Order: sequence, then structure tokens, then C-alpha cells
Amino acid sequence: MRSWLNRDALLQAIVLLAVVAGMVWLVGNVQSNLERQNINSGFGFLSERAGFGINQTLIDYTEDDSFGRVVVVGLLNTLLVSVLGIFFATLLGFSLGVARLSRNWLISKIAMVYIEIFRNVPLLLQIMFWYFGVLRNLPSPRQALSIGEAMFVSNRGVVVPWLEAGAGAVWYGVAFAGVLAGGFWLRRRALKMKLNTGQASRVWRPLALLTLALFAVAALLAGVPFTLDVPYLKGFNFRGGLTVIPEFVALLLALSLYTAAFIAEIVRAGINAVDKGQREASAALGLPESLALRLVVIPQALRVIIPPLTSQYLNLTKNSSLAVAIAYPDIVSVLAGTTLSQVGQAVEIIFVTMMIYLSLSLLTSWAMNRYNQRMALVGNAS
Amino acid sequence: MTDPVIRISNMNKWFGTFHVLRDINLQVAAGEKIVICGPSGSGKSTLIRCLNRLEHHQEGHIEVEGVSLDGSMKNLESIRSNVGMVFQQFNLFPHMSVLENCTLAPIWVKQKTKQEAEALARQFLERVRIPDQADKYPGQLSGGQQQRVAIARALCMNPDIMLFDEPTSALDPEMIKEVLDVMVELAEDGMTMLCVTHEMGFARQVADRVIFMDEGEIVEENEPEAFFSNPQNERTKMFLSQVLSH
Amino acid sequence: MSAQTWSPKPARPAPANTVGFVGWARENLFATKLDTALTLLCVTLIVYTLEVVFGWAIIDASFSGEDRKACLKQVQGACWPFIDAKLGQFIYGRYPEMERWRVDWVFAIGALGLVPLLMPKVGWKRANVIFMLGFYPLFCFFMLTGGVFGLTPVDTTDWGGLLVTLVVAITGIVGSLPLGILLALGRRSELPIVRALCVAFIEIFRGVPLITVLFMASVMLPLFLPDGVNFDKLVRCLIGVALFSSAYMAEVVRGGLQAIPKGQYEAAAALGLGYWKTTRLIILPQALKLVIPGIVNTFIGLFKDTTLVLIVGLFDLLGIVQLHFTDSSWATPETHITGYAFAAFVFWVFCFAMSRYSIFMENHLSTDRDKES
Ligand SMILES: Nc1ncnc2c1ncn2[C@@H]1O[C@H](COP(=O)(O)OP(=O)(O)OP(=O)(O)O)[C@@H](O)[C@H]1O
Ligand SMILES: [Mg+2]
Repeated sequence: MRSWLNRDALLQAIVLLAVVAGMVWLVGNVQSNLERQNINSGFGFLSERAGFGINQTLIDYTEDDSFGRVVVVGLLNTLLVSVLGIFFATLLGFSLGVARLSRNWLISKIAMVYIEIFRNVPLLLQIMFWYFGVLRNLPSPRQALSIGEAMFVSNRGVVVPWLEAGAGAVWYGVAFAGVLAGGFWLRRRALKMKLNTGQASRVWRPLALLTLALFAVAALLAGVPFTLDVPYLKGFNFRGGLTVIPEFVALLLALSLYTAAFIAEIVRAGINAVDKGQREASAALGLPESLALRLVVIPQALRVIIPPLTSQYLNLTKNSSLAVAIAYPDIVSVLAGTTLSQVGQAVEIIFVTMMIYLSLSLLTSWAMNRYNQRMALVGNAS
Repeated sequence: MTDPVIRISNMNKWFGTFHVLRDINLQVAAGEKIVICGPSGSGKSTLIRCLNRLEHHQEGHIEVEGVSLDGSMKNLESIRSNVGMVFQQFNLFPHMSVLENCTLAPIWVKQKTKQEAEALARQFLERVRIPDQADKYPGQLSGGQQQRVAIARALCMNPDIMLFDEPTSALDPEMIKEVLDVMVELAEDGMTMLCVTHEMGFARQVADRVIFMDEGEIVEENEPEAFFSNPQNERTKMFLSQVLSH
Repeated sequence: MSAQTWSPKPARPAPANTVGFVGWARENLFATKLDTALTLLCVTLIVYTLEVVFGWAIIDASFSGEDRKACLKQVQGACWPFIDAKLGQFIYGRYPEMERWRVDWVFAIGALGLVPLLMPKVGWKRANVIFMLGFYPLFCFFMLTGGVFGLTPVDTTDWGGLLVTLVVAITGIVGSLPLGILLALGRRSELPIVRALCVAFIEIFRGVPLITVLFMASVMLPLFLPDGVNFDKLVRCLIGVALFSSAYMAEVVRGGLQAIPKGQYEAAAALGLGYWKTTRLIILPQALKLVIPGIVNTFIGLFKDTTLVLIVGLFDLLGIVQLHFTDSSWATPETHITGYAFAAFVFWVFCFAMSRYSIFMENHLSTDRDKES
């Protein structure tokens, strides 16, 4: 026993030593290489002036801002396209997954064809197809496709009317939050009443009333602080409205369509994983199909669906880094692309980029583990 | 004799081109206990699953409590909540506690309050002799306990008729008795029961009639005494000699 | 008393409208009014899609011509002459035309070795594996780079197209397998330091996008090496891809290791086998067989991911198609779409075939298991 212990300890010491020695060697090489090539090191560059423009910024940004702010702008762009991508991919993916299980043969086959096409073609190809093949091939702004003279689609992107919010708009925000909270409260109350008195209580009518009342109050307090900003053509481009750049549209479209195919398969597998007997037992108890789905099938399917679904969300977020191929200003594109070519500090820049993704991943898997622990079925269910 | 609660006449069913049930005729009176037996694949499960329309028949008539089961039905759920069913594989809901399993349908189908439903559930859990397992999950129970929960869950809907599809065949021998005891008690209380089982002792003890099926047909039906001691049909004899010999 | 004899009633055929095509259609297309409406909607959708696709790809398409003029028609469809003219480039890149037979040999020998390897019924697996992992890579290396046996040297910067796609994907998978196995064993090891290092490696590489790894390989790797030592860009990318996929491979293999019952370890220990012997002779052969579908799926992912090398300046199939869009003698409004459609089709055929193979192996392995138990 003792000798084994010693042998293990020795083995580990050797591995550790080898790794450390390797690291030291690499760091030494990096140092001498950097010195020889006269490249700075350290993160000082983050506070220097960036000096380049970014064509989509969620926060105020000018060329005079620092590289540090560039990181924030890029990260926000990554998050924007990821969150929206997750939203649309989930919507489409769940629909396709359910369609795949439809009793209707045609619907199921159409869903299958979609899934097989979209998941077997590289995402980068799909992104470039939408960007170079479709969006950049659209007519110029002067010949833009117009939808009701208010929304324009051209090779400069999609321009939509936008509500310009004035000073009192915050009251409307408060009213909206109130409606959401009221909706949740009404649903909870309805469930409670159902359990306590057996009677269902109304949800929709009081909610409509509440919505009306809250927005009326907001209007009284703040008037109508919105002006509708409708885009119009001036010279060679559009003025006003909100311009969604084609890079964003292409990336969002490709990410959503691609990931939806994977989500559809996950949803299908999750629903299939619920034993047929569960539906039969619900039916035999007299539960209508819709309630059986809501109370029995979906809660069980979700346990199977959610872990792989989260990893698809993570994949989508990581895949949004392909933005660099079409120059959508996400974190990789602004950091490992533009910033790197200006500053040249490859080690630091790649390190920062990787750390950002790594922390997103670790955060998600931590949350996932928590969820799995909470959701684990008690006992070994038959 | 009271009006039959179940009336099956000239009923035929196919799975695709396979003729599973052939010209079935059967009437069951209120309070009657029927045991159905027969070799594997003879259509026993299919027959009782037609009675709460988990399977659809193609020809003939099935009438349950005066309502005819067919494609144009509106109130399928109300028939189903009057006909309880217990499955071979229990089919408890693994994500709900025993109590929640039992209260689910009373709350959502019968619009009972949670309090009423729980009181009722505890009462039936007591009757199937597992009052102290109410807050456990199905995965934490033994097979026999799970099947008794399944019976309690069905009883919570106050059904007029109970269907059992081989309720003891997935159980270890020592658990069979605890489930059968519950079923005997239920029979003594006057429940109308249709039970697919090969527990011949149970059949002798409670059945009013025993039905033997083969190849999708009712081959023979008789009172248990006569059925076991003096089967009329040589197919029945052969089957009984196989079942009783071990 | 004589018992009645009994003979089963003859089976009657099912009612005509419940069987055959009519029965099938009633059940699967027109079960309810809603279903009927949806079916009609779907039919419209399908007809419309087919019309658009066929119209573009065949009816309105141009099929022959020497340059862009062939594709500038009134009604515009696919510009197939573009593909025809560039096909050599798409397959071999700038590999000299005189030397392309070498690539063909590499493809042919690879296919010849791979097909029997993939068929579970064909024997000689061990010899085949040794051939494919030992001899074949060397053969490819000398054939493709040249400089020996009188073969003209061909610089890797001249490689491109499908050749690069396959080289990156196959080297990636072959390189990641041994590394992945080691990492998986390390992650299950009882030595805390080894385990921690393996976990860190796996989680780091699985936590970052491949593109950052490729950037690392192409701009950071040169900094890590001593002055004067430098690799070719293709090799740097291959290293990046192999490291990246080994993390995923490790997780696949770990799944297989976990599926091996404890009894196998105990039985091996009872025979007096040590850790390495147990692993090599008993555990790995079983575990690897179990995870063949997982390995194939990883390979599909990797195959699609090879396109990313175009971002760091290599020309894989997609990269070379993209490159040729800039050729002004083929500039038409349809060139882009045609090129992407072609590349998409090639990738799709590979990936779809592999995914079917993975499903086939899964079924094959599960029936194997049924037979054994
Ligand atoms: N959904 C189905 N589709 C097609 N055939 C089916 C289906 N369900 C059952 N069958 C077939 O119908 C026949 C009767 O099945 P059923 O389950 O009613 O038999 P059983 O008498 O209950 O047998 P067991 O004692 O094995 O439970 C069997 O041959 C079975 O293979
Ligand atoms: Mg049965």
C-alpha cells in the first residue's frame, strides 16, 4: 500500500514538474520574442485611445474612447446577437421539434428536411451565404425594397421606424413593468384560487383592465413623450429610423436557423423520452390532452431537454464569434481583429478574449449543475 | 337484473391489417367482477383498453354507462374519469409526490379544492394501507407500494368501474399479495371490476364470471367454480392445465 | 362429458378505409379538419419551394459557357459554368496541375482503407487500423509535400479546396483521438494533480470558441517558440484544431469509460493486471467501441468547423470558393449564390452521410449488446 502511494506521488510530481517546466520555457520564449520584436506587454493598452470607429454600438462610443471601452462595446454586441439568437432559435427549435412529432406525416417530414439541411451545412457557410450572397446583393438604398414606405431593406441593412423616447418615457416603462408584474400575480392568484376553492378565476379580463389603467396613468403623468421617427431617403442613404446593419441581420439569421435545427432534435428526444404510459395514465384519469401535456409530459420532458439546451445556448454564444468573418463588431472581431492589428499584443488580447468566453461558459455550467441537482428525480423512478 | 353498465356488441378491432379482436360480445352489470385470462397476445389488454377508449375499435358498439364510444364523442373525459384504470407498469408520475399523484386529477378534472382533494387522497391511501408514504416520490417506493398508490390514484376519481391490466405481473412474488388484498377489499365493497390477471386464486375468490380469450375471441365464459372445475372447451382446458400446473 | 373443440375464427380483412394507402392517409394526413387544412398548407409550401429551387437550379440556370457572359440572362438562375470552370481549384486549390495525380492517389488510398474499416462485418480491423494510422499518414505526407523520391516539392501555401478541408479534418480527428483518450483517462485518474490538469485543459478548450484557438495558433504560437523555430501556417492550424477537438474527444471517451461496468475492472484486477494493462487490454477496446457514434458525431462537428481556417488565411473549400468570387471574369449577380450552393452541397453530402453512419453504428452496437446479454 505504502509503496503504491509513493509511486503515485512520484508520478504526480513528475507530471507537475514537466508542466511547470514547459510553462517556464514557453514564458521565457515569449519574453525574449517580445523583446526582440519590440512589442509592449501588459494591459496598459486598455486605457489608450482606440482611434477607430465601430458601426454598431449599444453604448456611446467614439474613436477617442479607449480600448477598454472597445472591449465593452464588443462584449455588448456579442451578448445582443447571442440573446436574440437564443430567443429566435428557441422559438423556431421548439416549433420544429413539436412539428417533428406531429401526427401529420407531411408536417413531420418537412421539419425533418429542415433539420437535416440546416445542421449539416457549416455555420460559417450559412453566415456568408446570408451576408455576401443575399444581403449584400440587395439593391442599393435608392432602389430599396420598401414595406409601406416606412421600412426599407437594402444592401445597407434594414431601416425601421423607431419610437424616439422623450423625458417622461420612463413612466411608460414603469407601467409596462406593472403590467408584467400584474400578469404574474393574477396567474398565481388564479392557481391559488383553483387550489383553494376549486374555481378558476379570471386572468385575462382583469389584466386588460390593469393594462389600460396603468397606461392611462402614465399618459396623465407624462403626456405622450414619444415621437415616431420614420426613415426616409436622403441622397444615397437613409436618414432617421433605426438602422439594423446587414452584418447583424446575417449573423442573427444564420445563428438562429442553424441552432434551431439542433434544438429541434433535443426537444424531440426530450418529449420522446417521456414514457408513453404517462400519457395513457393521464388520459385514463380523464385529463384532457392539453392538461396532460402541461402537467405531466412537459415537466418531465424539460428535465431531459434543459441540460443539452443550455449547451446549445452556449454553443450559439461561442459561434457568434464567427462574426469576424463578416466584420460584425463582436468581441472577437473588435479585439482579436481590429485591436490586435493596431496594438500587436497578441498574448494579452487573445488571453482577454478567451477569458471572457471562458467565464461565460463556467458561469453557465455552474448554473446548470445547480439546476440538475435541484431537478434530479427522487429515487430511481420506474 | 339491473341494466348493464358496459355493453359490447359485435365489436371488432384491427391493428392495421391485423385482426386483434373478433366479434366480441359482453355485458357487465353494475357491481359485477369479471376476470379475463388467456395466453399472451390474445387481445386481453386491447379489449379493456377499448373500454376507456385508449384504443379505438372499428366495428360494432361499445356502450359505457349508457354512452356509446365512437369517433363523434364530445365527453370522452367524463367517461374516462368514471372508469379507473390500473396498469401493469404502474405509470405513476415520477415528478410528483404520492399525494400529488393522487390529487392531480381531482383538482384539474373534478375541480375539487386542494384541501378536499388531499383529504380524499389520504383517505384512499389509508385504504390501500400506505397512509405514511404520502410525501414520498414514486421512485422511493417498492413495486407493491407503487401499484397500491396507482390504485388509490384511480379511486380518488370516485370511478364507477375499475379496469385492471395485469396489475401484479410486474411485481416480485412477495408483493403480489399486498396488492391482491387491496383488490379483494375493493371487490367486497361492491365495485364493478374488469381484471386481466392470471392469479387464479383471486379469480376463484372474487370473480362473478371468468372469461377466457384466445386469438382475439372470447372462447369461454363461466362462473369461476364451473370454469375451473369443468371447462367446456378443450382450448380452455389446455390453458388451465398450463397455468395451474406451476 | 366431452369438451367442445375450438378453432379460431378466421381473421377478416380490416375495413377498406382503415388500411392501405387510404387508411394511411386518413390517419396521417386527414385525421381531423385541422390536419386536413395543415396538409393542404404544407402541400402548397412544398410545391412553391420546389418551384423556386428547381426554377433556379435547372430551368433558369445556365449550364455551359466560358465566362460570365454565359450567365447574364434575362431570367436569372444558377451559374453552373462558374463551378465547372473552377472545379479543379475547388478540389486542389493552387496545387500544380501536373502534380494533382498525387492528391488523387492520396484520396483513393484513403477511401480504399476507410471503407472496409467502417463496415463492421469486414475483418482485418487491427491490420487496417495500423495501416491507416501508421502507413497512410506517412504516405500522405510524402505524396503531398514531395521533395523525396523525385517528387517535386509543393508548398502548403499552394494547397487548397477540398484537399485542405480533408487534411485539416482528418488530421484533427486522428490527432485528437490519442490525446483525447489520455485526457479522458487522466480525468478519471485517482491522482489529484493529473486529474486537475486534465480537467483544466478540457474545460478551457471546451469553454472558448474554436476561432480564438485558431487565432492563438496563428498569431500566438510563433511567440511561444524559440527564435528561429517556426512552423508552417497549416501545421499551426492543425495543432490548434487537434488540441481543440481533443477536449471534445476526451468527453466522448469519458462517456464510454463510464459505461464500462465496475465488474470489468475488478475481474482484471483479479487476474493481476496492472493499471496500464487493464486499460489497454480490457477497458479501452470496449469503451472505444461503445463511443464510435460519439466519435463520428465529433468528426461531423470538426468537419464543419474546418471552414473556420479561412478566417486565419488558409483556403479550405469554402475559402477557395469565396476567393474565386473576386474573379472579375465570372462576376455575375448569381455567382455568389451558385458558389455557396455548391459548397453547401459538398459539405452536406459528407456530413449527412456521416450522421447516417453514426445512427447505423448506434443501432448495430445496440443489437450487438442485445445478442450478448
Ligand atoms: N399498438 C399496437 N399496434 C399493433 N399491434 C399491437 C398493438 N398493441 C398490441 N398489438 C398486438 O395485438 C395483439 C394483442 O395484444 P394485447 O396486448 O392485447 O395482448 P394481451 O392479451 O394483453 O397479451 P399479454 O398477456 O402479453 O399482455 C398482440 O399480438 C400484439 O402484438
Ligand atoms: Mg397485456
